[in-house]
Amino acid sequence: MKEYQTITEISGPLVFVETDEPVGYDEIVEIEIGDGETRRGQVLESASDHVAIQVFEGTEGIDRDASVRFLGETMKMPVTEDLLGRVMDGTGQPIDGGPEIVPDDRQDIVGAAINPYSREYPEEFIQTGVSAIDGMNTLVRGQKLPIFSASGLPHNDLALQIARQASVPEEEEGSEEGSEFAVIFGAMGITAEEANEFMDDFERTGALERSVVFMNLADDPAVERTITPRLALTTAEYLAFEKDYHVLVILTDMTNYCEALREIGAAREEVPGRRGYPGYMYTDLAQLYERAGRIEGRDGSVTQIPILTMPGDDDTHPIPDLTGYITEGQIYIDRDLNSQGVQPPINVLPSLSRLMDDGIGEGLTRADHADVKDQIFAAYAEGEDLRDLVNIVGREALSDLDNKYLDFADRFEEEFVDQGYDTDRDIDETLELGWDLLSMLPKDALNRIDEELIEEHYREEETAEEVAAD
Amino acid sequence: MSQATESDVREDGIIESVSGPVVTARDLDARMNDVVYVGSEGLMGEVIEIEGNITTIQVYEETSGVSPGEPVEGTGAPLSVDLGPGMLDAIYDGVQRPLDVLEEKMGSAYLDRGVDAPGIDLEKEWEFQPEVAEGDSVEAGDIVGTVPETPSIDHKVMVPPNSDGGEVTAIESGTFTVEETVVELDSGEEIQMRQEWPVRQQRPSVDKETPTEPLISGQRVLDGLFPIAKGGTAAIPGPFGSGKTVTQHQLAKWADADIVVYVGCGERGNEMTEVIEDFPELEDPITGNALMDRTCLIANTSNMPVAARESCVYTGITIAEYFRDMGYDVALMADSTSRWAEAMREISSRLEEMPGEEGYPAYLSARLSAFYERAGYFSNINGTEGSVSVIGAVSPPGGDFSEPVTQNTLRIVKTFWALDADLAERRHFPSINWNESYSLYREQLDPWFVDNVRDDWPETRQWAIDTLDEEAELQEIVQLVGKDALPEDQQLTLEIARYLREAWLQQNAFHPTDTYCEPEKTYRIMDAIKTYNDEAFEALDAGVPVEELTDIESAPRLNRIGVQEDYNEYIDELEDDITSELRELY
Ligand SMILES: Nc1ncnc2c1ncn2[C@@H]1O[C@H](COP(=O)(O)OP(=O)(O)O)[C@@H](O)[C@H]1O
Ligand SMILES: [Mg+2]
Repeated sequence: MKEYQTITEISGPLVFVETDEPVGYDEIVEIEIGDGETRRGQVLESASDHVAIQVFEGTEGIDRDASVRFLGETMKMPVTEDLLGRVMDGTGQPIDGGPEIVPDDRQDIVGAAINPYSREYPEEFIQTGVSAIDGMNTLVRGQKLPIFSASGLPHNDLALQIARQASVPEEEEGSEEGSEFAVIFGAMGITAEEANEFMDDFERTGALERSVVFMNLADDPAVERTITPRLALTTAEYLAFEKDYHVLVILTDMTNYCEALREIGAAREEVPGRRGYPGYMYTDLAQLYERAGRIEGRDGSVTQIPILTMPGDDDTHPIPDLTGYITEGQIYIDRDLNSQGVQPPINVLPSLSRLMDDGIGEGLTRADHADVKDQIFAAYAEGEDLRDLVNIVGREALSDLDNKYLDFADRFEEEFVDQGYDTDRDIDETLELGWDLLSMLPKDALNRIDEELIEEHYREEETAEEVAAD
Repeated sequence: MSQATESDVREDGIIESVSGPVVTARDLDARMNDVVYVGSEGLMGEVIEIEGNITTIQVYEETSGVSPGEPVEGTGAPLSVDLGPGMLDAIYDGVQRPLDVLEEKMGSAYLDRGVDAPGIDLEKEWEFQPEVAEGDSVEAGDIVGTVPETPSIDHKVMVPPNSDGGEVTAIESGTFTVEETVVELDSGEEIQMRQEWPVRQQRPSVDKETPTEPLISGQRVLDGLFPIAKGGTAAIPGPFGSGKTVTQHQLAKWADADIVVYVGCGERGNEMTEVIEDFPELEDPITGNALMDRTCLIANTSNMPVAARESCVYTGITIAEYFRDMGYDVALMADSTSRWAEAMREISSRLEEMPGEEGYPAYLSARLSAFYERAGYFSNINGTEGSVSVIGAVSPPGGDFSEPVTQNTLRIVKTFWALDADLAERRHFPSINWNESYSLYREQLDPWFVDNVRDDWPETRQWAIDTLDEEAELQEIVQLVGKDALPEDQQLTLEIARYLREAWLQQNAFHPTDTYCEPEKTYRIMDAIKTYNDEAFEALDAGVPVEELTDIESAPRLNRIGVQEDYNEYIDELEDDITSELRELY
């Protein structure tokens, strides 16, 4: 392995080195600086006489005399089932003082694309116990469903609630066979405080044993953030598709990941895309998000819940925008609902689960699920609209029916959405609650629901009140 | 992808630099757009720039680990597709490699590199039935025989478009592979069932004609308000989650085309999987055969190499043109053309070309129009007529239609289906905004609807449009003063418009019956609402208060017509009930 001491330029996170032998694109590099410290990096561009290297741990302290070694291979993640229960830093080095990790295999972290022909369409309902998700925007195994949040909002509480409560109904009935459940947690640039929130919860609930944690904190090098999710996903794929686990991957905060991409792009003097983010950010994000899924003939699955904070609460910002274009829906955390004290403050209207339609219904959840969901959406949207109007003309100027829609919207938020972070509702409870609320409206107004289902579930007058009361 | 067959193997070059999908090579003797094999693994690429001794290549596979000094081998042939029986029921990547064959060859669910496979099975034998006889003289494009490819489609074997033709000296009948000669000409030319065509070049035709037939989609808002013609072009722009893909899937399922080419360009893997799993089980409402029998899928998902995303739309349209040449009506959906444009931008920026608007290359508009120009209703060189309809989804950043891809597309296409995030949020599907969308084919297709559906199709539709327009105006007032402040006739109009929106424009793609609505049913729902309208306004004139008119018991049943299979009976009865209920009021 050849060593070079031929650094010609250091700029932001990049180091340029003259070479006299060809170096592979994407190859891993070790840079040894004065005091014997070694930094790692990756080849971003390779020409016959020089290369550009992106240094994960930052270029601080590197000078022209540093020696550069090309390892002749692309970045690998050592994988083994023993990773469960372990805590690593953002580059995959254990930081929990545990035993050395003896890998079963070393896998390329860039991960090849899944052949679309080899995928299996995800349609297995995951019960999160959260009505706004299960009832309205159902998650299924193998889905990528991000949380669109913003600074100061309780996205972490929701993510933890999902991680704690997520189950698949058949499993609840006690059948121990089938695949096991594992959580991979990839943190990018979150604060130590946030990290503790997660770790404490994992420890308190015993979830740590079935988790693998990758921690890049706010004061860790930014460039490192570009590999953390890849390490997490490589581990997830190994556990899911070689060891049959159902893996839930929580990645937070994708916004920090994208900032790191922007930083590298700027250092390379690339032509920037929208708002300074690289033009290839869509492709880059897709290479992470598309690593969720199911594969035909394998028992495990990779479900992703990436969390991102929208700068300025703006969902047209490139980070949420490109994410929404790739993921299979999104869950919006809403600032207004949060200030009203709704827990979790999920706004169901802009939220979406694209895989819901095939994951619900008879035999999966319940025969009335799709209709109930459609009707609640329509009624809640109607109520929301009327709220603006009622501010101008007052409730008296509205028809009886309109007043009912207003009440519906209020009760929907107070009873259906605001369930608290410790309440775990099964799908029956969620749908029954839906019927309680829908029964506030006249039968005629339920035009999205099959008439037979209305006959079966609609609460006639008084009963609606009673059931709602308990 | 077509295997380069040309023997004129050129001199190899040496890799000079690697940056993502862009590789430069020294000393490579190649022409612009030639296919080359890059590096020791032989990754497929295409020449996109030649400058002095340096050739720039876009590589259709991941380039991790590839280093300068490795060889580059030219093929001397441009990027081409294999055309012949075996393309239906197939699923390809962006350079026409069959994904099922790749899975088998790679022995993995993941896409490996450096594996090539022909676009059509070279070993499979097909039943060739001759259509010409010895002594007949044939020209370029002429049909010389047919192959029953799938239960839905007879594949026409044609003389290649660049042939000089001649007199048939021998013709075979029986089972052959696509590489075996089935026809010989006196010129010495041998014709096989397989031909090749470079993807970036339009296949020749005699003429383009004005389309006069609608491409029936089975979607009420499209057929009813914004129809596309067979041979027409349409764009569906919309933010994420507004319904681009579902609309494209609906068209792929229910459009009355003979052949559907579905190009998943830079979008989700699972959306392609959904098609692969669903289509074999769905029935074509017209032929009753499995939908997959008429479908060719091209999947270059967002995580697959970006250069192949650039080429996948060309692979798709070339396949579409080939079926057009057989005299078929072909519909091509591209989801999403924005990803194609972005791939262009990404490659262009790696080439350090001068960026145009929002970083897109200056040739964006030219490429888009050249692509959509390949749509049309054609007189083919063999005397048949065929069409290629192109429906492109557009994914504007932030849902803002003023961006370059949307704007450049709208300058070309004649049908604009504007998706609306607001409608999607309230789950009004399909979320096609009826105020913003348009179809420039509407008038030229009216005669077809008059002849094939109802005489008063245009008038009834105009009534619906007027009612919806009036509603839009009234809604602005309602936002300020509330509904009750409006005069009674306007309140009634609002109620009628609500039924138009909920019972007619809304259509649930996931309901087994509602998912497809034939034109007759589209007409009858609209007409049933009009009956309610006409009767109610008469009653209003006779002095009945508006609340009584809107409160009648039978009206909400309008919302249930969509899900009725035997809709004629249901509507007859409903119209009677509405009429008699209203007439009893005065
Ligand atoms: N015609 C329709 N009927 C029912 N649901 C629809 C329809 N169109 C869209 N949807 C819903 O909207 C979601 C998003 O649609 P999709 O086509 O995937 O959006 P886009 O491609 O614009 O991001 C779908 O998952 C589905 O739930
Ligand atoms: Mg889509």
